[in-house]
Amino acid sequence: MGKIYDVLIIGAGVTGSSLARELSRYQLSVLLTDKENDVSCGSTRANSAIIHAGYDPEPGTMMAQLNVDGNRMTEDICKQLNVPFKRVGSLVLAFSEEDLKTIKKLYDNGVANGVPGVELIDQKKLHEIEPNVSDEALGALLAPSAGIISPWEYTIALAENAVRNGVDYKLRFKVENITREKDENGETIFTVTAASGEAVKARRVVNAAGVFSGEIAKMGLFGEDCELGFRIIPSKGQYYLLDKTQGKLFDRVMFQCPSKVGKGVLVSPTIHGNLIVGPDAVNVEDADNTCTTRDALNFVRQAASLTTDHVSYRDNIRNFSGIRANSDQSDFIIAPSAVEPNFINAAGIKSPGLSSAPAIALKLVELLAATGIVLDKKDNFIETREVIRFRELSNEERAKLVAERPEFGRIICRCETITEGEILAAIHSPITPVSLDAVKRRCNAGMGRCQGGFCGPRVLELLVRELGISPADVLKDRDGSWIVQLRNDDAIDS
Amino acid sequence: MTIMNTNYDVIVVGGGPAGLAAALEANKNGAGRVLIIERDKELGGILNQCIHNGFGLHFFKEQLTGPEYAQRFIKMLEGTGIEVKTDTMVLAVTPDKKVWAMNTEDGYCCFSAGAVILAMGCRERTRGAISIPGERPSGVFTAGTAQRYLNIEGYMVGKRVLILGSGDIGLIMARRMTLEGAKVLAVCELMPYSNGLKRNIAQCLEDYDIPLYLSHTVTNIKGHSRLESVTVSRVDEKLAPIPGTEMEFDCDTLLLSVGLIPENELSRNAGVPIDGRTNGAVVWQDRQTEIDGIFACGNVLHVHDLVDFVTKESMTAGRAAAEYVKAGGFAKPAPENTVSLCPGNGVSYVVPQKIAIERTEKFVEAFFRVRTTYKNSEIVVSADGKELTTIAKDQLLPAEMERVVLPKAMLEKAAGSTITIEVRQKGAN
Repeated sequence: MGKIYDVLIIGAGVTGSSLARELSRYQLSVLLTDKENDVSCGSTRANSAIIHAGYDPEPGTMMAQLNVDGNRMTEDICKQLNVPFKRVGSLVLAFSEEDLKTIKKLYDNGVANGVPGVELIDQKKLHEIEPNVSDEALGALLAPSAGIISPWEYTIALAENAVRNGVDYKLRFKVENITREKDENGETIFTVTAASGEAVKARRVVNAAGVFSGEIAKMGLFGEDCELGFRIIPSKGQYYLLDKTQGKLFDRVMFQCPSKVGKGVLVSPTIHGNLIVGPDAVNVEDADNTCTTRDALNFVRQAASLTTDHVSYRDNIRNFSGIRANSDQSDFIIAPSAVEPNFINAAGIKSPGLSSAPAIALKLVELLAATGIVLDKKDNFIETREVIRFRELSNEERAKLVAERPEFGRIICRCETITEGEILAAIHSPITPVSLDAVKRRCNAGMGRCQGGFCGPRVLELLVRELGISPADVLKDRDGSWIVQLRNDDAIDS
Repeated sequence: MTIMNTNYDVIVVGGGPAGLAAALEANKNGAGRVLIIERDKELGGILNQCIHNGFGLHFFKEQLTGPEYAQRFIKMLEGTGIEVKTDTMVLAVTPDKKVWAMNTEDGYCCFSAGAVILAMGCRERTRGAISIPGERPSGVFTAGTAQRYLNIEGYMVGKRVLILGSGDIGLIMARRMTLEGAKVLAVCELMPYSNGLKRNIAQCLEDYDIPLYLSHTVTNIKGHSRLESVTVSRVDEKLAPIPGTEMEFDCDTLLLSVGLIPENELSRNAGVPIDGRTNGAVVWQDRQTEIDGIFACGNVLHVHDLVDFVTKESMTAGRAAAEYVKAGGFAKPAPENTVSLCPGNGVSYVVPQKIAIERTEKFVEAFFRVRTTYKNSEIVVSADGKELTTIAKDQLLPAEMERVVLPKAMLEKAAGSTITIEVRQKGAN
């Protein structure tokens, strides 16, 4: 009989990766799986990239507590793992009497939820601190604890750290079937089978499958006659990401008043210094189709024009869409399956899921402990992660680094000033990237204004050299997203 | 740790056609120590991947390929003493003309220069810049990136190709992909006219029966992993897609030739004022920017159609940089001895933007582009409402840079004022 993992996690987004890292503190065997060829490929990689303060959720909900706790914990984790995070604060703008009532309610929520420093500010103060905001804005709710983050760098860092601390990972593992049986001691053992036919055994399963968490949760009913009790309603949001020339328009995250479907269209600086504008919110059938549409993008521009008319869309560098794992429940669904205590769901992790992730992970560890798992700490847990970011170094530090390690003396990505040394570090990181986008997510090469036009061919060359693969096998992103064919390939004949 | 610091008379940022011509001319005109810094492994810039011919007709009076054209200048460097650092990236240029650069051999360096010539060229506009909606599969390339994969790296980027944009790179790539065995389905152009040279339409599309759809654009991209199909729609006069006109092309590759943007991040960070119309520096007639001793030339200043004109402009900048260094700086001209140039009706930009009359020998050439196509029209040059000259034109195309000569006598008449260049339909006045 093969290895039996103590815990198998389905989904390597921010929830699954946070849990993997938390579990890697203990003497447990843990497997982190994902259906894609990299971690952080679902909702985690395409969202507003905000660590919310926590005034949105209704007081008394699990979501309120997890959001406020998670917000506080994120900063420490980012320091430990060397992930860019900035507590810039957020504003919710009011454009009408009704909006003023809404922000008052959000203020009360914030106070009840324990959000630090929330404050209602008037029009004068608003324009003082954010001069580019529209004159139509009458006042705002200021929440200084909101932050901006790079969700994928954060999640990759969590997963990498988990792997360094002994967690196994399996990518391209799309779970299709889960069965359970009892071992000789009467304990449950799950067999989790992927589309590839590969099967893995584990004593506990955690469902952190994001927009697919409903499907996985159904597998966790093991055919028993039982209602799931919730439904995932994937909701698409579309965005503009603008050049750094636009990134200084606002210091803070600029929200409009929330509605039932989302937190409204925001305009915000990103952690990398760009400007993000979006999203809309439209329920979709296909949880995997992240296409953008002209109508939705026009809607986003139109809606954002209420906040400011200073955005130059000529300086757009990318449009993208993300799918939220919304559900028909008002709260997160974090609980064991109704029929199987050792199968735990973290489902319907919608916004503020990113902000809540560290607290969700602790909650899941608690639920796992309640199933009888023994939590013995490791002596040798590595809490930190080293990352060299050339562009953040002083002149003296740069000179010293390049003298010692010449590979940091060659810039590969001009737009973002990323050196060969950083790209090599990304390629040889604990979770090997197999695509240009995976390299981009690890070190930012190709995320600038030319969108990889210049550095793409050179990153491809480095992947070929370092991994010993054919250029035809280097991907842009998902499996099947080939970039080039070899010249003597028969396929060229048309 | 001490940072290497060397002094040069002239530092040229960029070793493409602009940088090469500027450095050679600076050297020829007496600048002592000249350094070219090039980020790629070889000199020549984008010419190295332009393996088609058609370069040099104006400058050398013969047809050369891109690499041949570059090689002529690279060869001229021999024996001049001009220093070259390739595989070297300039990270910052400061207003006091310090150039921060690095490579794997010298490490992180700071060079001081008497004059700096910015010759970084341009980059391509991307899918994001024009917000093409749809999925985000692989197989969507800017034409120049695809050209690099094909001509430098030696890979094919796909076998069924649609091209958006009829700029010259798009047209050249239509032919190139066809010659490599790919099927080029069509070239689509948003505008009702092509943005490429006439000869390229004939030689790259018509000769290979590749259809050109004017007033069409890409309105959707499909493909979960690799590109599978592209939707093309006709656009109305306001360039908005017309519902019901969609055509679906099954293809694995979409090449974008949708415009070039001068690459001025170094210039901006140095504090060089930029003209929003060219996206390049505001310059005097000798291509000095508004910062003393910092010059700009070639595609970093404004996007040219022909490399021959890049060469000529860069020689002007190189010569001026040498004079600047020898003279220990130029005296600032009094406002009444200057002329500003400004685009008027139908003209999108004018270079140079400023003229110092004292530094004019006989005349200044003003380069400009028209906004749309004109037939049977005239170029009107006026100062403060008074017409100075008119030039009849049978045809004007946005794709072709235009030029007027402003004699010194005319400039003296307009001293202290603004000269406007505009298009007027004949018989309209």
